[in-house]
Amino acid sequence: MVTDTDTDARPAGLQVRDAVVRYGPVTAVDGVSLDVGPGEVVAVLGASGSGKSSLLRAVAGLEPLAGGSVWWDGADVTGVPVHRRRFAVMFQDGQLFPHLSVAGNVGYALAGRPRAERDRRAAELLDLVGLAGYGPRPVTALSGGQAQRVALARSLAADPRLLLLDEPLSALDRGLREHLVGVLDDTLRATGIPTLYVTHDQDEAFAIADRVAVLAEGRLLQVDEPARLWAHPAGREVAAFLGYGPFLPPADAVALGWDGPPGLVAVGPTGLVPDPDGREVVVQEVRSRRGGAEVTVTLPGGEPARVRTPVIPPHGATPATLTVRLDPAGCALLP
Amino acid sequence: MTGTVAVEAARGGSVRRGGGHAWVWAAAAALPVVFLAVFFAWPVAALVARGFVIDGAFTLAGVQEVLSSARTWRIVGQTLAQAVVGTAVSVLLGVPGAYVLYRCRFPGRRVLRAVVSVPFVLPTVVVGVAFQSLLTPNEPLGFLGLEESFPAIVAALVFFNYSVVVRTVGALWSRLDPRAEDAARTLGAGRIRVLGTVTLPALAPAIASAAALVFLFCASAFGVVLVLGGASYGTIETEIWYQTTQLLDLPAAAALSILQLVVVTASLLVAGATRARQERALRLSGNPVDAPLRVGDLPAVAVTAVVVGGLLLFPMLSLAWRSLVTADGLGLANYAALSGTTGQSTVSVWQALANSLATALAATLISVGLGLLVSYVLSRRPASASGRRWLRTLDAVFMLPLGVSAVTVGFGFLITLNRPPLDLRSSWLLIPIAQAMVALPLVVRTLLPTLRAIDPRLHEAAATLGAGPGRVVATIDLPFALRGLGLAVGFAFATSLGEFGATSFLARPDRPTLPVVIFQLIGRPGAENFGMALAASVVLAALTAVAMGLAEWIGPKEVNPW
Repeated sequence: MVTDTDTDARPAGLQVRDAVVRYGPVTAVDGVSLDVGPGEVVAVLGASGSGKSSLLRAVAGLEPLAGGSVWWDGADVTGVPVHRRRFAVMFQDGQLFPHLSVAGNVGYALAGRPRAERDRRAAELLDLVGLAGYGPRPVTALSGGQAQRVALARSLAADPRLLLLDEPLSALDRGLREHLVGVLDDTLRATGIPTLYVTHDQDEAFAIADRVAVLAEGRLLQVDEPARLWAHPAGREVAAFLGYGPFLPPADAVALGWDGPPGLVAVGPTGLVPDPDGREVVVQEVRSRRGGAEVTVTLPGGEPARVRTPVIPPHGATPATLTVRLDPAGCALLP
Repeated sequence: MTGTVAVEAARGGSVRRGGGHAWVWAAAAALPVVFLAVFFAWPVAALVARGFVIDGAFTLAGVQEVLSSARTWRIVGQTLAQAVVGTAVSVLLGVPGAYVLYRCRFPGRRVLRAVVSVPFVLPTVVVGVAFQSLLTPNEPLGFLGLEESFPAIVAALVFFNYSVVVRTVGALWSRLDPRAEDAARTLGAGRIRVLGTVTLPALAPAIASAAALVFLFCASAFGVVLVLGGASYGTIETEIWYQTTQLLDLPAAAALSILQLVVVTASLLVAGATRARQERALRLSGNPVDAPLRVGDLPAVAVTAVVVGGLLLFPMLSLAWRSLVTADGLGLANYAALSGTTGQSTVSVWQALANSLATALAATLISVGLGLLVSYVLSRRPASASGRRWLRTLDAVFMLPLGVSAVTVGFGFLITLNRPPLDLRSSWLLIPIAQAMVALPLVVRTLLPTLRAIDPRLHEAAATLGAGPGRVVATIDLPFALRGLGLAVGFAFATSLGEFGATSFLARPDRPTLPVVIFQLIGRPGAENFGMALAASVVLAALTAVAMGLAEWIGPKEVNPW
């Protein structure tokens, strides 16, 4: 188990220590420790059921901790009620208040301020998320993407110390998701609010996070910067979740042209390339992709693997064999 | 800053949080519970206890005597028979009505829905008078010879409860995803088969829940049976009234109250079980779905047209028409007579109307205030199993007044609230409190679905935005509750305005309510008295319909899916 602790520096931002969340007999979060520093965006990446949303809810105070603690700037906030934490949560499906307008939703956290200031701030935030002029609209008339942008503006209006984003883009279709990752990234950088971003989508996590924490079965497997995480996955489970596979024992790797240090080699999506001087492998099937083809082959060790080629073969013309080699840049050596 | 300290802090925090919440719920629940205990449980229990105490000693003799009398079992048989038949006919006619009014689109649908929902809130005495005026010899349907008959009572019960079935089943039907039916059609099922294998099974929880509720209403019907049944037909409810007021036989009345409680508890259990299933099903459904009328809808349309025209509108219109008939031809003489005092009573009908309005207003304030508290507590979703058990119990407890004889409540008030510590005998508040108890379950049933529809994550979202518990209630729960509030106020006001069972016991001779005066009027001989009863009934019915219409107009049209 990995712990992400930095004991030397004076604690600033969020510190989660040995957090445990239980639902009856089920342990959803099992002793997780994680930091989010000032201005930092940390993505918690995990499959569904990995406990990532439970962790986020525990940080927000929406779920009681069965063990461990949550700290902010060195102060224990474990017993602080949700509404006094100033940790704003953006939910997967927005959870906009249906009886309030867009401006009413965004201004919800600004209650108590003078009306003019509230309106001005709401307009400012709507502008920030690209929805200038949407204030008077009913939230029921918004599209999914617009609703999530209003939810983001609403969270920002609370002037939170920490943003907690719970799969904010999962309910949207792919094109919109890619666009909104950009909007989110820009907004988070512009505001500089530390953020915990929970997602099951690897691309989203890599696109947005300063550091990515991989969570499985309630435990942290690895916390690293995206490039380091990709290049040096801490183990086979992390590598498989990131999209690596197959995993080749040293002998099989060498047979495919591996000249790096010996060890278990994780083959990434671009780790196997066609090469006339490479090893001949049996082709199982060929599928057309945009801008090329994906060839499924059987490696000498018997493992199925995929090779991307820039050539789109004519339909039905499946070659019997292909010569391939490992590209070290697309592979990772597992410890 | 060790791990142990952190863990301790975490535990302390979560305990404080949970403890604080539980305290708030308990406080919110306490007031209605105390109210229910003092103004419902205590009077009813006191009355029932009288059945077991004769000359200061505990005895089962009184109860045994009642249970061994043939008359009791004839009454029980009649009660069950009329409830079973009334329920069956209501469901058989109501299901096609639900289809036509909630699944089909046609001009005038909203008006028709309003027409259908009027009878449910009409005062029972008024309905009794309306049917009576049709069935007495020499009247339009007098040739049927149905005066004081079983079919007449069943027809009146269906008149009341048709809208219960239409509304309950229609609400679910309008949200049923049509794609399940489409799928069955593409698999080769004809319309009849789709209805039998897909649609009706999906509607079963709503139908069962409506049937249980209608059974409850039919089994405890009082005013309408008292007016229409005459001497030959009675129910447990009218028998309790007869035994207490006419024979002053309290042990017999108490024994009958216990019998009634058994019947009511059984049907409440069935209703509760089916309602839980239905609310789950409703959450799964999407937006209201309807389609223009098609040729295949003809049978359902025909049935609905006959019911609405023949069973609902005809008695209502006939009542209005007959109220204009006087000895000298058509005129307003019956209405003019309303300002005079009636018989030996010292108040005019208009004065009685003023009493009714004041009483109903007070009763509405009480029942809606309590209803808001009760539904707010009942709409919570506690994490712990024991918390959920408590809520289920509370839910059932607040449904009890729906079925416990209003007569029992009224008489119980007389024997318990007449001495210190609570001497309300001379307080005019006694009647509003009794009426509020009768209306409370309806208020709760109306408010609860809107409050339960609030996604708990909306509360969470508000809390993470910095809203404390009080602000969450004010800004999230209250706006949602207001959507159902108009309808709840309407039900409370209409129910109180027409309440007869309890009020007939509690109303003082110098301050009668309108239903009490109407009942007195039809008990007196003479065409003038009957004419005044008709006119007064029209006034009361119109007032009820206007109040209900206003409430629905102020409140949401239908509760919107958001």
